[in-house]
Amino acid sequence: MSVNSTLTEPLSPTGQRTPAALPRLLVGVPPHGALSLQEHTAIHGPLPATGGRGGRRTRERAALLVDEIERSGLLGHGGAAFPTATKMRAVAGARRRSIVVVNAAEGEPASSKDRTLLQTLPHLVLDGAILAAEAVGADEVIVCVCESAEEAVENVARAIEERARASERSPSLHLKTVAGHYVAGQESALVNYLNGGPAKPTFTPPMPFAQGVRRRPTLINNVETLAHVALIARHGAAWFRQLGTPSQPGSALVTLSGPLVHPGVYEIEHGASLSSLIQAAGGATARTHGALLGGYAGSWVAGELLNGVALSNEHLAAHGACLGAGVVLLLSEHACPVTETARVARWLAGQSTRQCGPCVHGLDALATKVEEIASGIAQANVGQRIERLSSLTARRGACRHPDGAVNLILSALETFEGEFAEHARHGPCDRCALPPELPMPRWPVSQETARGKLAAR
Amino acid sequence: MSHHARVNPIACEAHGMCAELLPERIALDEWGYPIVDGTPLEARLVEHAIRAARACPTFALLVERDRAPTPPRARRGERRR
Repeated sequence: MSVNSTLTEPLSPTGQRTPAALPRLLVGVPPHGALSLQEHTAIHGPLPATGGRGGRRTRERAALLVDEIERSGLLGHGGAAFPTATKMRAVAGARRRSIVVVNAAEGEPASSKDRTLLQTLPHLVLDGAILAAEAVGADEVIVCVCESAEEAVENVARAIEERARASERSPSLHLKTVAGHYVAGQESALVNYLNGGPAKPTFTPPMPFAQGVRRRPTLINNVETLAHVALIARHGAAWFRQLGTPSQPGSALVTLSGPLVHPGVYEIEHGASLSSLIQAAGGATARTHGALLGGYAGSWVAGELLNGVALSNEHLAAHGACLGAGVVLLLSEHACPVTETARVARWLAGQSTRQCGPCVHGLDALATKVEEIASGIAQANVGQRIERLSSLTARRGACRHPDGAVNLILSALETFEGEFAEHARHGPCDRCALPPELPMPRWPVSQETARGKLAAR
Repeated sequence: MSHHARVNPIACEAHGMCAELLPERIALDEWGYPIVDGTPLEARLVEHAIRAARACPTFALLVERDRAPTPPRARRGERRR
């Protein structure tokens, strides 16, 4: 997948050119490998001062950074769009020495923006992590990268070594590979894993901000969120707000895939139109059934509506969708949306960590019902049955996995209503036998304590 | 100070004791897992809820005190009764 940093024309909702143009994060992306510390510093300048460790003045200055982040309105880029400053304050307010976890587990099969960012611009992320650590009074940063993202793991390891050699001020930086399955990046699963357990969600409270890694207050931020922190610390909140919408300021990385000339990772302004993004990717190579937005916990938007879609949560809420982890996946009209949904439903059921009964039984039963529709053997009341199963499954797990899976299934049933009715009546269509378009990696959810290795210190 | 019932879905193994002992607030789904009404318990139900929580073989039923928003540190030790 290619990295595209060529959206130099800012895609503002009003169509005006703004001074703080794109790209912001994806500046100087090298064609191969990662930007070195020296190259990174030449582009962005040195790490701005928040003031090292300890002492009252340091804490005051660190609090200033959190204030600035609050004014910037930065929301988390891992999927939940939670205000970053609120999270930081919760950790900073704790009495014990805290830990910062950089989350690049990226369990979304249709997302590659996190690994792309780490692989090409590791120092921008490390800058953000160090600043966040200083802001919340942490002396340790753990970068968690999905083990399947080998190049990202390598480049981060090298970047951490570079930092150590440059003897810049720094909390201790560690790299940890994380098992790649869908919910491995869920906050409590990540904490559980870093504490020596399996990468499975735990019952909360305690929330990680109160008691996380080694029982210490733990700030867990997505890699892209921290890259934005690195820029906000340098340029300020007002600069950050020059792009985006009032409720969702700034830019975002999106992973654009589907029938396009140049699928890849793009940086967009929040509120940019989907059609401008598709245009930037060289246009579509086929007509589409619709777009999956947010990821496998997200929602479909039908093809005929795509022209009017703006990529901000405020606008997408009208379509029952959100930007989530920045996934935009176009489903070509050559694919069968019913069979694709049946496959994803089964895949998501398989990604349950099998801890909570309603998730284990509910997702399995839902996948079976969707499969029955796809093969034309469903009973007449299948719609009611799916509704009942959905209410028995959603919001009854320790994590949000069952909620997300139910959301995707219901959204597909609504968006592709005609196709589902057709399959229920007449059975499989010609396109049902085609290979899947939606990515479904083989990620066994390890039932024992699979441990990652400590790759660098 | 009001109380509410909550289930730890990871610990729960669908023994179904809770629905026997607190039918006013707990029903079982088709797989035997409890569907808990988590609204505040009336005073007369609190004792029954605590008895149901103690009877759970996996200690998956919790009777929690509704808390006013407090800083995280102040929350310790109020989770289970």
